[in-house]
Amino acid sequence: MKTPTRMAEAVDLIPDGASLLFGGFMGVGSPHRLFAALAQAGKKNLTIIGNDGALPDHGVGKLITAGAVSRAIVSHIGLNPELQQKMIAGEIEVELVPQGTLAERIRAGGFGLGGVLTATGLGTPVEDGKQTVEVDGKTFLLEKPIRADFALVHAQYADYVGNLQYSLTAHNFNPVIAMAADCVIVEAHEIVPVGVIPPDNVKTPGILVDHILERAA
Amino acid sequence: MDAKERIARRVALEVKPNTLVNLGIGMPTMVANFLPADVHVFFQSENGVVGMGARPPEGFEDPNLTDAGGGFVSAVPGAASIDSAMSFGLIRGGHLDMTVLGGLQVDEQGRLANWMVPGKMVPGMGGAMDLVSGAKRVIVAMAHTAKGKPKIVPECTLPLTSLRRVSLVVTELAVIEPTDNGLVLREKAEGVTTDEIVAATTAKLIITDDVAEMTLAA
Repeated sequence: MKTPTRMAEAVDLIPDGASLLFGGFMGVGSPHRLFAALAQAGKKNLTIIGNDGALPDHGVGKLITAGAVSRAIVSHIGLNPELQQKMIAGEIEVELVPQGTLAERIRAGGFGLGGVLTATGLGTPVEDGKQTVEVDGKTFLLEKPIRADFALVHAQYADYVGNLQYSLTAHNFNPVIAMAADCVIVEAHEIVPVGVIPPDNVKTPGILVDHILERAA
Repeated sequence: MDAKERIARRVALEVKPNTLVNLGIGMPTMVANFLPADVHVFFQSENGVVGMGARPPEGFEDPNLTDAGGGFVSAVPGAASIDSAMSFGLIRGGHLDMTVLGGLQVDEQGRLANWMVPGKMVPGMGGAMDLVSGAKRVIVAMAHTAKGKPKIVPECTLPLTSLRRVSLVVTELAVIEPTDNGLVLREKAEGVTTDEIVAATTAKLIITDDVAEMTLAA
């Protein structure tokens, strides 16, 4: 059984310079309380890895607005002009990765695979500097696995074992990143007694989860 | 009828019953409004739903149910929620029957550029590269020109989205099919002449004697 972690303790776990996988699609399915606390704590030099840059001061955008981020690996930054400006100004190094390739690179990282072979990105700027591999006459791009120091996960329900259930389009990258980090921190909409989430509904087994954040005050 | 509606009504005729379809954000989304009542499809939204429905009435929105642009949507009976890895597995794995996307340029080889204008617009490719590389059919729905400048060009000058040849290009003037031999003019819109289409296109068009008039979904 896990004892929920206080927000202040979770914030202390994450040092400046850490790499963070995060859940969320335009902020839907993101750990919003954790982002706000990290931004307020004045963290610096973080690498963020997730679907998109969300919006200014919303979702992971809170960390960007607060100046906590020096590197971002994302598929889309179109709705966060602040991130675009910081990229152009050289304050944040941005690596743009096709969305499906990003999901699969993280999956490879979490599933112990040496990389991903995909046709996505061939003949585009995504191919620059990467190896191509031929399999049965078809050409693929070799995309390397991604892991991070922390995964910041949002779930609909967590139980005290750490089992997670997600909701609708708030799944997005959450189940994938929960496999690919040294330390997995979960912010759940609700923490429920063990047994409330039936085994069939558990998408992320609790053994993957290191910390469940205490419920909001 | 404005140009966007004309394009959406033409693309709607390409949607086959009992298929999985992904509509890009913006004008492609309008296609859903013009499907015949007897054509049942599941719409995929790549952020994680198969069976996306219309935006719910005010007060019935679910903060955990949005489309790929972040707008509120609903889920139809029979819908399934999935994570990003599975969503793109559907796209790359040959399970997505059709995708409709906007375009900045299409060239004589049928290649699409639609995700960046160097130095001006760098929003990121999002799911576009996977969609164009992976969907069974790729339909480009776009204005024929941008501020008078042709978008159907001999060779894309903007960075490509994929090497994959798209299946069909639908504009307010014409329906064009990229083939092994080049771009074939299949249909012209009502009241539009072949000369007008050629004048608005810098790519070479293959024009046969039997160019049909563009039909539109009711």
